Amino acid sequence: MEVLVILVPLALCLGLAGLLAFLWSLKSGQYEDLDGAAWRAISDDDLEDRPASGNPPRCKT
Amino acid sequence: MQTTRDFSHYVRQVGPGLAHIDLAVEGVNCAGCMTKIERGLSALPDVTLARVNLTDRRVALEWKEGRLDPSRFIDRLAELGYKAYPFEKASAENAEVEQTRFLLRCLGVAAFATMNVMMLSIPVWSGNVSDMLPEQRDFFHWLSALIALPAAAYAGQPFFRSALRALKAGGVNMDVPISIGVILALGMSVVETFNHAEHAYFDAAIMLLTFLLVGRYLDQNMRRRTRAVAANLAALKAETATKFIDDDEVSVVPVAAIAPGEIVLLKPGERSAVDGTVIAGQSQLDQSLITGETLHVTAGAGSAVYAGSLNISGSLRVQVSAASEATLLAEITRLLDNALAARSRYMRLADRASRLYAPVVHVTALLTVLGWVLSGASWHDAIVTGVAVLIITCPCALGLAIPTVQTVASGALFKCGVLLNAGDAIERLAEVDHVIFDKTGTLTLPELEVTNAAEIPMDVFALAGRLALSSHHPVAMAVAQAAGAKWPLVGAIEEPGQGVRGEIGGVEIRLGKPAFCGAAQLLEECATDDPEASVVAFSRGGERYLFSVRQGLRPDAAAVIASLKQRGIDVEILSGDREAAVRAAANALGACAWRAGVTPADKIARIEALKRQGFKVMMVGDGMNDAPALAAAHVSMSPISAAHLSQTAADLVFLGKPLAPVVAAIDFSRKARHLMRQNLYLAIGYNVLAVPFAILGFVTPLIAAASMSGSSILVMLNALCAQTADDWGRLGRIARHLREHALQVSEDA
Repeated sequence: MEVLVILVPLALCLGLAGLLAFLWSLKSGQYEDLDGAAWRAISDDDLEDRPASGNPPRCKT
Repeated sequence: MQTTRDFSHYVRQVGPGLAHIDLAVEGVNCAGCMTKIERGLSALPDVTLARVNLTDRRVALEWKEGRLDPSRFIDRLAELGYKAYPFEKASAENAEVEQTRFLLRCLGVAAFATMNVMMLSIPVWSGNVSDMLPEQRDFFHWLSALIALPAAAYAGQPFFRSALRALKAGGVNMDVPISIGVILALGMSVVETFNHAEHAYFDAAIMLLTFLLVGRYLDQNMRRRTRAVAANLAALKAETATKFIDDDEVSVVPVAAIAPGEIVLLKPGERSAVDGTVIAGQSQLDQSLITGETLHVTAGAGSAVYAGSLNISGSLRVQVSAASEATLLAEITRLLDNALAARSRYMRLADRASRLYAPVVHVTALLTVLGWVLSGASWHDAIVTGVAVLIITCPCALGLAIPTVQTVASGALFKCGVLLNAGDAIERLAEVDHVIFDKTGTLTLPELEVTNAAEIPMDVFALAGRLALSSHHPVAMAVAQAAGAKWPLVGAIEEPGQGVRGEIGGVEIRLGKPAFCGAAQLLEECATDDPEASVVAFSRGGERYLFSVRQGLRPDAAAVIASLKQRGIDVEILSGDREAAVRAAANALGACAWRAGVTPADKIARIEALKRQGFKVMMVGDGMNDAPALAAAHVSMSPISAAHLSQTAADLVFLGKPLAPVVAAIDFSRKARHLMRQNLYLAIGYNVLAVPFAILGFVTPLIAAASMSGSSILVMLNALCAQTADDWGRLGRIARHLREHALQVSEDA
């Protein structure tokens, strides 16, 4: 059971790291625009040097 | 005179030589628009940041100060096909954003703590039946306390604060039993851990907070979103005023930048965006948006002008008395204050439930303690059992029952174009059995339209439209719009107060007063019985035509009134307009009760009288004269075109031309109330089942945690399932059907 001395603090530290990451993401405004973020993930804007393939995305409406 | 657009009011300094502006943009609804706008704006020289917020439909821009004028952004967006306008975050919206972030932070902390405490609790639960040493169990309990106590102290703030507020005000809300339950559970767990006891309830307490925070966050997020949309709509109205910089130089500035005491120019055909006093000029004013009266009033030096008045004939110089926030007659303000004070007395369903629930639960816990002591148990055991009763009955599901439904319902309303101003409006709306409509601007559209377009030959109509483009008169503008005219006639001359004349192919054409066009006789022949219509004549050589222009009824008004009656709701029209005009509208809408020439005080008196008879009255109105009545009614609704004051007083605001959102909102809210009740019964039923076990002392932390999460999830699922269930779909179909019906009616007309 001595292993608990390592495992329990380790688990707590990992959890705390997750919490800090969440608070940081909140502070840096990553929850301000959830709809936009969903689309930005699949946008090819950052691939400047690659030739554009196909048509640019069109408006649905 | 030179005019310039001045947006400097909205520009903020964000760093050395860096300026920032926020724009509300209309029509951004997909990733394509986002990329298009960001690329289009970034291509402008000196722009350092262009970022679209797709959720709020806004663009944030930063640029190096100097050569770039902010109005360039608006033009660029117009080229790309988007209407945009700068906006300023109202303090109310900032508060909502701050509150949303705070709740999300609390939720993050509570969720972290729940997961870690659970990780420690599961070994304890399984260890209790196997081979865990008491020392190990105590160690795990202390660790749980280390995590749960600070987390609960932080994440519980929204509940503790609200409970304290309620207690200070001498009332009870749902947060009081929640706070008591959480604090007692944590306190007892610490004492038990100290005494090396077997059971601690850290997990249940912190999990309860997590679930409740999910509900609070969803609710708050919906509210923030509604407010953002409302702020965008207000900004996109792009209300500007023409301000005198000196004696003859003027600048077009946003209304927000106008200060009292400044002098603005009100041109013919313009709607005033400010309140003020005329200091020079003569004109006719259409104040129908304010008083409901469709007859024009004469304004000269010294007369008052209210925001929303339409200037008909001459230019006016107006000294601003108050801008940006509409103020009005002391009488209306006073009535409004009284009415608002009366309305805040409404008790929400959740508060009514908690007023019954809290005492029952606390008495049950007390009786449990006494019962165990009388039957010979030790004080310690009796108190532990009593606290277990409180934990098991802690209104987790009750606290979620209403916010989850509220979120789902306001989301559904949002989709069909209704914005919620007040959180409890859904509950009040569901009770409505009597609807009072204002006429002007509510049953009718604020824009003018040509009613006899079908009787006029196409080519004549088109020509009249082109001629009308040269006039600033609102009636002429309506003709031009109805004709779809785009190219003004070269050489057309406007004769103030008479009309416009021009020449085409050597033939003189005129548009204006019947006498001006030599059509006085024709007017007598086909005298119309429509009291609201303005008649404008058109002549080409010897030909004479008459256009009848008026505020048209909303396309689906008759259908909406019919479907309200079908639902057993009484409908009544109360208008400040003349009797003849109101009677005509009431007849067109299929015989409903009406009263004409009603003052704001009369409207309130009528509502009070109906209230005394036990009716739950909904007021639908838009004029400033309706504002006190909107506040006095049980629940109220305004179209988005309404005066500022009315929109603030209304509980709900609907968008667009059709009136169908009124019916849809009532249907949605009735469905929502049904769901809220169902959820309350589910939550209470769950507790009633669990309480006997708690009283008998069978509740272990495992059972507490399981029942807590079980009931919360059940209630949430019930609300969320309803979102996709047939019922909402059916309501959507009704709204669509009404819309189609309205289109049909307008085509027939």
